This record gives sequence, structure tokens and C-alpha cells, in this order.
Amino acid sequence: MLQAVTEPRVAPADAVREAHLAAFRYMLRARLLDDKFAALYRTGKIHGGVFLGRGQEALSAALGVSLKKSDVFAPLIRDAAGRLAFGEPIIDAVRTYLGSSLGPMRGRDGNVHRGRPREGYLPMISHLGAMISVVNGVLFARRLKKITGTVGAACLGDGATSTGAFHEALNQAAVEKLPLVLVVADNQYAYSTPTDRQFACESLADKGPGYGVTAHSVDATDLTACLKIVGGAVAQARAGNGPQLVVARLLRLCGHGEHDDANYIVSELKNSPLGRDCLKVAEEFLLQNKFTDAAQLAVWRSEAIREIEEAVAQVQREPAPDPYAENWSAIASEHLNETHLENGH
Amino acid sequence: MATEITYIDAIREAQAHALRDDPRVFIYGQDVAAFGGAFKATKNLAKEFPGRVFDSPISEDAMVGMAVGAAIEGLRPIIEMQFADFSTVGFNQIVNQAATLFWRTGVPCPITVRLPFGGTSGGGPFHSQSLETIYAHYPGLIVLTPATVEDAYSMLLEAVAIDDPVIFCEHKFLYRHLKAEKLPSEALPVGKARIARVGRDLTIVAYSAMVQDALEAANELVAEGWEVEVVDLRSVKPLDTDTVMASVARTGKLLCVGESWPWGGVTAEVIARVASEGYGLLDAPPQRLNAKDTPVPYHPNLWAAHRPTVRAVAAAARKILRS
Repeated sequence: MLQAVTEPRVAPADAVREAHLAAFRYMLRARLLDDKFAALYRTGKIHGGVFLGRGQEALSAALGVSLKKSDVFAPLIRDAAGRLAFGEPIIDAVRTYLGSSLGPMRGRDGNVHRGRPREGYLPMISHLGAMISVVNGVLFARRLKKITGTVGAACLGDGATSTGAFHEALNQAAVEKLPLVLVVADNQYAYSTPTDRQFACESLADKGPGYGVTAHSVDATDLTACLKIVGGAVAQARAGNGPQLVVARLLRLCGHGEHDDANYIVSELKNSPLGRDCLKVAEEFLLQNKFTDAAQLAVWRSEAIREIEEAVAQVQREPAPDPYAENWSAIASEHLNETHLENGH
Repeated sequence: MATEITYIDAIREAQAHALRDDPRVFIYGQDVAAFGGAFKATKNLAKEFPGRVFDSPISEDAMVGMAVGAAIEGLRPIIEMQFADFSTVGFNQIVNQAATLFWRTGVPCPITVRLPFGGTSGGGPFHSQSLETIYAHYPGLIVLTPATVEDAYSMLLEAVAIDDPVIFCEHKFLYRHLKAEKLPSEALPVGKARIARVGRDLTIVAYSAMVQDALEAANELVAEGWEVEVVDLRSVKPLDTDTVMASVARTGKLLCVGESWPWGGVTAEVIARVASEGYGLLDAPPQRLNAKDTPVPYHPNLWAAHRPTVRAVAAAARKILRS
């Protein structure tokens, strides 16, 4: 008990405050990073698509801060906040978007397709639902290796719940009783398709019990609710209570990508409580409850902007991939490469 | 060890060997545990290796996805597809997840996906397919097609040790048709083709069960005075072009035989390479013989005419030899 005396004791109220502030700072940094990527896209500095998490930061950050570094995380396209909270350095994101040869994907893959698999941070493929069973595999392997206490989180949108991969993987996780947390951002549209053309159940949370999976619902415009529900689901999985499905409702406050003006999003939704900006809601909450003050918020904002600008400036000076120096081999076993296929013939 | 070892015994023994030697290996597939697999390729392995052999739900996509995750975590899973035909349900995870992982991230993906493939009569359109071509088309995959009991054993052992995703095509007809006296202690490495029969008049390139048909056809042609060389590719990716080219240099004539569909197949690939790199070696237009361009039929009469037979191989060979 001596340890308890010497260690600083955090009162529950302080713990709540700290959790909110930590998550909020990731939300803010993610929003500002996304804004920068959008600006770079508009000036033609980014090849390919740019995908923003605007409106999803509270959910994503709440998940990221609920995970430990030793956990497994398979984010999707709107999870900049969760990625930062899980420990991704801003420069990894910038290097991947700008295709730097020094980034984790070395220009071979781009934008939101980034990760470091050996660190439990899995790089998504574009096929929706496909990452869930990969997370299952890491968790299954850790069980075989007798590593305990790990949680694996996979993120998806409402559209991905219509895939066969989602069904197969959620069922697989339930059969194996894996510590999987599946976070569904029901953001009302899959690209342009509204939810009434995507599923017919009342709520996507209804899908949980059919698989024998505990389901949770949360208002993703409310950071407090996200911290409580997502954090609770992660704790449930960690405690050995099997896979958890979290269905979060929100509205995507941007296009599918920056190429999409999202003119199909109806104004009724924009003007509904679902259309609130989670970042603003969280900021007001922090100020009202005196968790912080406006001056501190301004400092965090300017610190984040400086960090992002420095990262972009650095990456813009870094070498682009060189096609003549590239090792055009898709396999690890160099001795099994086909010399007769070089140069496409 | 039994005195007579079948091709499927070899596959079972290779898996037992891998499980025994490497704690990272586990087996995951439908009915593979207590039941021992639809073809008994994992018979008794769950009992001999408790906690290492697992029944999966009927979810080919999730089976392969799980294998990729386990490989990232440093294990070496063997996935049994009940039939090669059903691997198409897991196709996305094989070609987009497993096959791209190393190239995208530098993290190897050592998984072995076993595909019981090829025709046995009565299988019909969905239990008979040969899918080596479609997997070989994708960068990032190794595609193996053993034709002998010895290769079934040694190549499966090597597949598990390879740091890349391996599509292991094991022929269902060969399972109980081929027998050997003992398992090999050494073998040609993956990536090397084998001269299955030495000849001087024509090169027949084949793989998997078609090697047996090609050898029988070659024996038939001896009576007519022809000596046919048979090259067993062993692996279709990588494809040992050098061994094929050296054989064609000796014989001047080429016939490629495959049990899969003709369009853009392994046989077409072999001919393309020989034509572009060894045109001057050829004394006659290279030919190929494949299954017909329809789904695989059910009735034995139709089935036997759908795939190349010994007779069809011999007839195709005669045509080239007389040209």
C-alpha cells in the first residue's frame, strides 16, 4: 500500500477532466491536420483522394484514447483522431499523403492506407469489412502465444455493415470469443447512399445480438458519451466478455472525399442534432465545465498548427520515390522472384 | 511409416512435420479438427497436436483474413479450403490483403492456403475447378502444383517455410491414385522444374495431374518411334522458364498441357515466353491443350471429354511430331 501513498492519486473528477482534455486535443489536431490535407488537395499538391474525418473526431478520439499502445487498431478512412491517439506521429500521415519515400508506405500506398503492422497498427485495404478478420487473426495469434489483456479495434461505416466480410468476421470473433471492439460510424451516407438504401433494421446495433455480440449505441456528436460508451466497450472486451459492437450515430460533415461536394446530404439532417459539429460541442462543454479556458484552447490550436506546418514543410523537402531505384518485387522471398517478368515481359 | 504412402498421406505427414518442428504453425479450416478434413488431410492432427488445429465457420473470407492477422503476429497458419472452388469466397483476402501486405508495408505474410483442386468425375461445376492461373496472375503470391507424392510432401513443407503467401494446389485425383514407398529426405527447391522423362522429339510441359497423363502419352508414343520429353513445372509461379527453354532447345517442339481453362492460362504463359525468348529454337508452332471453355461437367462421359486425357495428349503430340 506504500505505493498508493507515494503515487499521485487522481480523483475521479480529475480523471474525467483529463480524459476529455486528452481526447479533445487529438480531435483538434485531427481536424487541423485534415484541414491542411484539404488545402493541399485544392492546390494540387496531393495525388489521389483526400478523406476527412470531419464530424467523426469525438468517436475516433474516444476509441484511440481507450486503447493501449499494445492493443491492435485497424482504423478506417475518417479516423485521423483515433490514429493520433493510438500514437501515429503526424509526420507518418503527411508522408503517406505526399508519397514520401521515407514514410511507412514509401509511396507504394497513399492517403488513409497507412499503418505499421508490427506495432499493431494495421493499414486498411479499400475493401470494406476486410480488416475485421485480420484484427481477429492478430487476437487469435496472441491467444495462442498466451499474451493476455490485448484488445483489438476495427472501425467501419454504415455501408461496410452490408458486406459479407463484416458478417463473416463478426461471427468469427463471436465464435472464438475474441476481445474485438467493432466501432461502426453510422454517418447517414455511404458515399451518396442514404441508410434507408443500406439496411432495413431499426438500428445497426440490432445486428449485435444476432451474432451473440453485445451491442452499444452512442451519440457521436457528444464526446462525453463517446468516452463513456466506447471506453466501456473496450473495458468489456479487455475483461474477457467477448466481442463488442459499438454503433455511433453522427452526420458526415464533408463529402466522401474532397472530390465530392456532398450535395446529396439533406438539410433536415444538417439542421438536426445529428448535424452538430462534435468539435464545437466538445469545446463548449470544456469551457462551460471549466475543464480549460479559451486561452489554453488557443495555445493548443497554435501548437498543433505549427506542428502540422513543420511536418508538411519537412516532407516537401524529402525525396519522392525513385522508379529506377525501386525494388519492383512483391514478395519477401527474393530467390523466388521471376526474372522473366521484369519490365512487364 | 507405412510401406505405401499416398499423395494425401504425404500432405498429412508434411503438416504433422511442420506442426512438430515449428511452434508457429497452426491449421485452420472447415471440419479439419476432430473430423480430420473432408479428404482426411488432417486426420488425427487435432489429437496429436492439441490446441493447434481449429475448425472454422464456413467463412472463407474471414478464414484468410484471420490467417493474415496471425501471420502479422509472427505465426505460420495453414488454411485448408475444403475445395479450391470455395477459395473464390476468400479471393479478396488472398489477392488484396495477403498478396499486397509485404509490398505495401515490408511485413511478410507467411500463410499457406491449401486448395484441393482439379477434376474427379461426379464433382460437377463447383467441386472440380483448377484455379492456379487466376492466383498466379496476382503479384505477391507463390503458386505450387505438385505432381508426385514426394513433391506433395517436400513442397508443402517448403510452402510453410516460405515468407510469402503460398497457394498450394493439391490435386484431388492424385490424393489416392499416386503411391510412393517412402517420403523424400531431399528435394528440388521450389522454383525449379523437373525433367520427368527424357526425350528428343518433343517437349511436353505439364504440371500436377497432367504430368501423369503426359507421361502415359509419352509411353504410348514410344511404339511409334517417338521419344517425348516431359517437363513437370512443379510450381507455376515462379515458373522455371530456363528449364523449359533448355528442353525446347533439345527437342525443337513444344506442347503445353493444363487441366484449367484455356483463356490466358499457364499454358498460354509458357508458350508466350518460349515464343518471345526462344522463337529460333522452335521447328513447329507451339501448341497447348487445356480443358474446354465451359464449367466442369458432372456426368463422367462429359467430364472425361472436358479435360485433356492421355489419348488427347497423345493425339496433340502426334500432330506436332508429324508437322
